[in-house]
Amino acid sequence: MAQTLKSNLQRNGFLILLGGLLLMIIGLESSGSSLWQGIFINLGLYIILVVALNLANGFTGVFSLGHIGFMALGAYISAILTLPLAQKRSYLPNLPAWLATMHFDTMIGPFPLGFLLATLIAGIIVMVVAFLVGGVLMRLSGSFVSVATLGFLVIVRVLLVNSSNITRGSRTFSNVTGYTDMWWVYIWVIIALFVIWRIKFSSFGRAMFAQREDIAAAESVGIVIMRPRLLAFVISAFFTAVAGALWAHFLTSFSPNAFYFDITFRVITMLVVGGMGSVTGSVLGPITITVIAEFLRRIEDSTRLYGISQIILASLFIFIIIYRPGGLMGEREIDFGWFWRRGRPSKPAFEGGGEQPSKT
Amino acid sequence: MSLTSYFLQQLINALSIGSLYALVAVGLAMVFGILRLINFAHGDLMMIAAYIATFALMSHIPLPIALIMMMVGTVMVGVLMERVAYRPIRKAPAVAALLTSFAVGQILQNSTLLVSRFAQQPVQIAFPQIDFLRGVVTIGDLTVSKVNIASLVIGLGLLFLLNQFITRTTLGLSMRAAAEDLQAAQLMGIDTNRVIVTAFAIGAFLASIAGLLYAVQAGTVNPDMGFTPVLKAFIAAVIGGFGSISGAVVGGYALAFLEVLLTAIPGLGDILPAATTSPSVISFFKTYLPGSLSSYRDAFVFVILIFLLLVRPGGILGTTDREGRQ
Amino acid sequence: MLQIDNIDVYYGKIQALKGVSLTVNDGELVALIGSNGAGKSTTLRTISGLLRPKQGSITYNGQPIDKLQSHDIVRLGIVHCPEGRRIFGSLSVNENLRLGAAAQTDKNLIERTRKDVYELFPRLSERGNQQAGTLSGGEQQMLAIGRAMMSQPKLLLLDEPSLGLAPLLVESVFDIIQRIKERGVTILLVEQNAWQALDIADRGYVMETGKITLSDSAAALLTNPQVEQAYLGGAV
Repeated sequence: MAQTLKSNLQRNGFLILLGGLLLMIIGLESSGSSLWQGIFINLGLYIILVVALNLANGFTGVFSLGHIGFMALGAYISAILTLPLAQKRSYLPNLPAWLATMHFDTMIGPFPLGFLLATLIAGIIVMVVAFLVGGVLMRLSGSFVSVATLGFLVIVRVLLVNSSNITRGSRTFSNVTGYTDMWWVYIWVIIALFVIWRIKFSSFGRAMFAQREDIAAAESVGIVIMRPRLLAFVISAFFTAVAGALWAHFLTSFSPNAFYFDITFRVITMLVVGGMGSVTGSVLGPITITVIAEFLRRIEDSTRLYGISQIILASLFIFIIIYRPGGLMGEREIDFGWFWRRGRPSKPAFEGGGEQPSKT
Repeated sequence: MSLTSYFLQQLINALSIGSLYALVAVGLAMVFGILRLINFAHGDLMMIAAYIATFALMSHIPLPIALIMMMVGTVMVGVLMERVAYRPIRKAPAVAALLTSFAVGQILQNSTLLVSRFAQQPVQIAFPQIDFLRGVVTIGDLTVSKVNIASLVIGLGLLFLLNQFITRTTLGLSMRAAAEDLQAAQLMGIDTNRVIVTAFAIGAFLASIAGLLYAVQAGTVNPDMGFTPVLKAFIAAVIGGFGSISGAVVGGYALAFLEVLLTAIPGLGDILPAATTSPSVISFFKTYLPGSLSSYRDAFVFVILIFLLLVRPGGILGTTDREGRQ
Repeated sequence: MLQIDNIDVYYGKIQALKGVSLTVNDGELVALIGSNGAGKSTTLRTISGLLRPKQGSITYNGQPIDKLQSHDIVRLGIVHCPEGRRIFGSLSVNENLRLGAAAQTDKNLIERTRKDVYELFPRLSERGNQQAGTLSGGEQQMLAIGRAMMSQPKLLLLDEPSLGLAPLLVESVFDIIQRIKERGVTILLVEQNAWQALDIADRGYVMETGKITLSDSAAALLTNPQVEQAYLGGAV
């Protein structure tokens, strides 16, 4: 009886959150404030990146430090694909013929079909890359394998910089159509969260999580373990690439430098603060850090002390690692039943949707 | 330029770069050996050293004092980082320490950025010239830059001194023992905290020298100058069998030779005199090994790392097992 | 000399020792016997500071030592020769011995102790420069004990010194332990080889699943029917 009540509450709780998110987006759209829209879009992208990384780490037992390499690939592939023909000819004159003829800029009414296709294609290509990379990585173990994953980041960057015919090398890649808006981002956010939530709570998901620490024991079971882990890694790469595509069509201009160390560290900080192994944490972490970062950015701007926000965030990171390594959520998830047990009405009090009650 | 001169030039190149890599890799290996911690902020110690030297020299502080300031400052930062960031998480899983080392690096880099701003300097600062390291030395048709020779000599000298320290002193012996079995070392009455601090201090000292030489060679300093060197040093240490000091040295030189090979072979196409080799060989070099191969060098080096980890995780000297333990 | 009072020790969430109390008096050789996993090694590791008790206290000559760091405990004269020998395989025999004296400052004393150790273990003096990892099992055990002696122990904690050794070597190990006792060193000996241990000991404790179950003189334990059945059946 209590169980059905609880699962009803969970479902209602999620629906309420979803409703809140809808209101938030509509509110921001109509406000016309591109600043706040931008912040919200960035937040959504980070949520996708963090939950994808969470999936990869939680399942493979290897902390992938090179994941942003997938983001870079997603960004460049989708951007190259969506460039209209005329643009391609003038902007990227040396493209190989088969690429130069592709243009994914078709619209169906107001809906950018081409963009969707380009995003999906980029995601699929990156999945193939992830399959190969993951297949190699999964045979390794030990903490310095994480450093090897950094190698992937470096390799992607070197490739991007050296393929100037396709990527314009280290120069800025611009003229990208700004297809991305809040709807795009948050629909993908919901898809990503849903998929990864389902994976985590599936039967092999539970087994994976439990075995995460005990890799040696898991290895003795052999190949059977490999495939689901590789699958998780590949799915995580897909969403990371999607985030890259969305990002590319939001900023509309970028260079390989954007996909290197700073963003890697930012995502890791959000992951740790939110809680590794928690999908809810993958939402809370980015929210927390975004709030702090924006606040600090105002301070930086007014005091001209550029760099102080990074220092404070990094110090926060160290503080969390020492005193609360589980982050905000540990491995737990949001529990709407908590409100019921505390005697509060089941309709939680929000301040502007998108915020989630966290303390469990 | 004759073939032998080209060869000698590249050899000296490799040895000098190798010395730098070895100096940095040794520090990484020492700390990893004892604590199983990969200290990514080690590269930032090089950067701090270079900046201290830069600011000191720009303020017209005489060279010897600037050098002392550099060495002392860097060692202090190294010791501080151990005390504040790493000691509290010694019992935590290794990944935590690795991530923390990134955070420490961020703090160091951004602090440098801030200080540069206060000093009203640009992000990338030209490194002040050090007179006796400026310029080249010519022997026959061989041109070697003085800083290369200095790197080689200083590097080998310091490594020799380190070797003496490790093999002959009790503290050095304690460090070797701690690297092999930390708990057993504790049972010998060895104050392992002191040993760990010493490892950080020596590593920081060596990194400071490497940082200085690096800055002289590159001509500039910037806050992320430590990133690539520490990755290279890491690869060097893995090549040699991570955790072993001698391995790190071997790995450093091996990596440098590999890199120079990757950049030198393409260059052969340009210097091979037309008369000595057949035209088809020369055109082979020119078409299949273009100079741009060298820009892929960094990526290639990582591929080697991953290959090594797959095939021979114990490194060339084979002292560590799959988990990176000994 | 050594007084352990009611200690509880945990490995993470698992409780390894429950209310363990024991005493070792000056000059005694006390045996701590029990089957695998009973908690004997855990007890020694708690004494030497590798583990800390959650409850209870350990005092040495009246001074509480349960919160001290391992290296300080060694300097007080409590030396732990760990299970599995744990010698430094990549270092030479001499270097291993030298490490035993790492906490010592008196060079003359160190030299005299080294000569003493060579006297106890002549094989070690022959193999001075050999890499310790290449020694045989028996020689490694000798090295481990010799190394412990270099630390000038007043109380020597020996953890399963006969483990994995052939019977003849086991004999010589116990011989050496007796000679060490004759030199005035107090010894707490953990052993699975109950018979040999009780044979040379003054008193003994029996440990089972983290608790002390019996405590008596060694002679009494040797004839105790419970002990006989559990640990001495199929003697030697």
